Order: sequence, then structure tokens, then C-alpha cells
Amino acid sequence: MNLADSTPAMNSLLGSEADSQRTLYPYVTGTSVVGIKYKDGILLAADMGGSYGSTLRYKTVERLKPVGKHSIIGASGEISDFQEIMRYLDELILYDNMWDDGNSLGPKEVHNYLTRVMYNRRNKFNPLWNSLVLGGVKNGQKYLGTVNMIGVHYEDNHVATGFGNHLARPILRDEWHENLTFEEGVKLLEKCMRVLLYRDRSAVNKLQIAKITEAGVTISQPYSLKTFWDFSAFKNPTVGAEGSW
Amino acid sequence: MTKQQANWSPYDNNGGTCVAIAGANYCVIAADTRMSTGYNILTRDYSKIIQLADKSVMASSGFQADVRALQKVLAARHLIYQHQHNKQMSCPAMAQLLSNTLYYKRFFPYYAFNVLGGLDNEGKGCVFTYDAVGSYERVGYSSQGSGATLITPFLDNQLKSPSPLLLPAKDAVTPLSESEAIDLVKTCFASATERDIYTGDKVEIVILNASGIRREYMELRKD
Repeated sequence: MNLADSTPAMNSLLGSEADSQRTLYPYVTGTSVVGIKYKDGILLAADMGGSYGSTLRYKTVERLKPVGKHSIIGASGEISDFQEIMRYLDELILYDNMWDDGNSLGPKEVHNYLTRVMYNRRNKFNPLWNSLVLGGVKNGQKYLGTVNMIGVHYEDNHVATGFGNHLARPILRDEWHENLTFEEGVKLLEKCMRVLLYRDRSAVNKLQIAKITEAGVTISQPYSLKTFWDFSAFKNPTVGAEGSW
Repeated sequence: MTKQQANWSPYDNNGGTCVAIAGANYCVIAADTRMSTGYNILTRDYSKIIQLADKSVMASSGFQADVRALQKVLAARHLIYQHQHNKQMSCPAMAQLLSNTLYYKRFFPYYAFNVLGGLDNEGKGCVFTYDAVGSYERVGYSSQGSGATLITPFLDNQLKSPSPLLLPAKDAVTPLSESEAIDLVKTCFASATERDIYTGDKVEIVILNASGIRREYMELRKD
């Protein structure tokens, strides 16, 4: 059958040995990252899970990393692609430092760089399979942005990736406000992460919270959230629901 | 076992609506500020409007990453033009550049639906409307994006633009005053917001006239 799809032009897009050189699907993935602006800077939260499909294979994956002096990055999606992004960013920061001109890349610049990298890979049909959160403070200006594998990007007072968009953003839309204190911010993030733990099957109960202020970056030691499983709705999930499974 | 095919799409629709109306000596360009994906709202405060030159303002909806890349390409080209010609690009010149830029990617298009508004060399309002691959036309008013199907018929009724086929050619610009046109735009968005899930949050209205450029905002329903 002669199909338009079998022309040499489409072959390279649809399937050939060139496929072994392109990302088709992710293997080891991280789940949601949640980020908020607060009074002194940015707070990011992510658990330490690396799933291999439905298996919760790795439980000490650090998905939050500092970038230069003014930014932190949180990644969800393919972990190996995140490791490559960190190599790109290390090189970016290195060249920035080598100028030795007293200037340094701020979070806005790093976010723009990441957006261009992600978009360009998408253009070549070989994406970095990640959704990234980039937050930071420079000269008192707070910045929080996100970019995903096809290059869609935006900044806001609160952002989340993956399941976080469905479960955490509604909570943040209701409870986030300007000038949260550090304690309030952490409490709000923990509330989001707890909901994700209950309802996202790829979540693990071991998380880190990263804080960035004008003074610098702190990434917390891993810790667990207290959970409560005795809700009557959890015990009898089908009570009152007709025809439920 | 058949070969696994790629299961991701290089495109997404981030929604939104754009409108532009040309007047005798002004141009109004407006777009909502909602950015969505599927049934989710990503952010309520994202501008789809960019000022490309002194007298050219572009509003684009569709796939946000492509829109942003398109804006950057045009801005860079305009900078080069300024270096080479020591002047700003006119709106009709920018209109042609946008068309050519879109067609350049005819076989992997920018998923962007654009309206270009501004003032022509005589100071009259002009609006150019585009499809995703660069087909364009100068008109008196236009709407693109998710709410366009709701807004265009309303604008047809209110502005009664003459047919471009008439001889002698009749002026496409509206006789409405600047404030009447702005009011009309606000009505368009309030109505589109009611029925289009991708339109809402806020509308950003940019007004270009002989005295320069200014911006207005209006709140829209957030549901």
C-alpha cells in the first residue's frame, strides 16, 4: 500500500533506526513538584520517589537542586533527563562565573534558558521528558516559573507539575496569599504534599523542602509527613455510592 | 509485538481569545489573560499581547510555546530592521513579515492564531488577521482563538464592515469613537467568557493612537 506516511520524509518521524536516538517514553520518573512564593523568597517541595512504571523503585532521589547563587530547580518526569539538564545548567553557571564580572544569572534568566532548551528539543522531536519548576530571588525580586517538555511556560505566585496541578493548585488558589511567613508556607506546602500522598499513587512519604531567599539556598533533610488513614471515607469508600466499584 | 510509537504530541492548545478593531485614527487590540491546558487553568495572568514596533501590536492565542517563539523571532527581526534601516517597521511591513515567518514553518507550523493591529503610514487604524500558516488579510476588525466563533458574528452585526469586493473600495475602519470601540471590546469578552471555558479571568486591552500606546484591564468571570 502506498501511503503518504511511508514517504522517506515521514519515515524518519514515524519510525526507523533513528528511533533508537529519540526519546519515545519515560522510564524512571519523579512525580509532582509544588512551589510557592512567600514573604522572604520561594519554597519548593518534592518527594524523593523515582518510579519505574508502577514500581516505586527508588526512594532517595533528590529532585530539588540549587542552580547558581540565586535559583533552585525542581524536576518531575524522567530522572535521567533531569540529570542531563543539571549538566547543561552546571555548564551555564560555569561560563557565567568565568566572566568574573560581578554579574550572575538570576532565576528569570535561568528559566528562560531552560524554556529555550526544552522548546528546541521538542522541535527536534526528541524531548527532555520533564516538567520543571524554577524559583529564586535576586535583588529582592522573587521569581517562580515552570516549563514542561513541549516548552509551555509561565510564572505565577504558585506553581505545580503533574498531579500537583490537579490537587495542589486548587488548595493554593484558596489559601495562598502575599507575605506568608516561612512557617505558614511550609504548612501550606505540607498540606498539598499530604493530599498528593493520599491520592497520587506514585507519591512516596519522604520529602524535601527547599527554601531560597536573598541570603541563599537551604534544602531540608528528608522527612515524612504524618498521615491519618482512619477517615470513615477511606474505610468505607463505597458507602452511599450507588453502583460503585 | 508491534513497535511502540511516540505517545506525545508536540502541540497543545493553551486557549484564549484575541480581538482587534481598527478605527479612523486608533486601533484597539485585546486578549484575555487565561492560560489553560485540557480542563485545567495553568495561570490567570498571562499576557498574549506584545508590542512589536512603535505602531504594531500583536495578539496571539493557541499553543503558548509556539506563540512565544514567534514573538521572539519577530522581535529579533525588527531589531535587525532597525539596525539596517534606522527606522521602525511600519504595520503593513510587519504584517508581511509575520506572514512570511509563519509560512516558513509551513510543514511544522507555529500553532498560533494571530491578529496584528496598529496604525498604517497614514495614521489610520489597521488590523491584519492570520491563520496558522500565514494566510493574511487586512480587515476592519477580527477575532481569533477559542472564543472567536462567539465574538465574530457579534462584531459582524455591530460593525457592519463593507465587503472588500466593493468598487470603489469602501473604508473598512469603523466610524466608532475610541471609547465606543473599547466598550464594544469589553462587551465581546464578557459575552465570550460566559460560554467559552477557555476565556476568562481578565482582559488586557491595548490602545494605539497618535499620542502613543496605553493599556486597560477589565476583570472577567473566573469560572
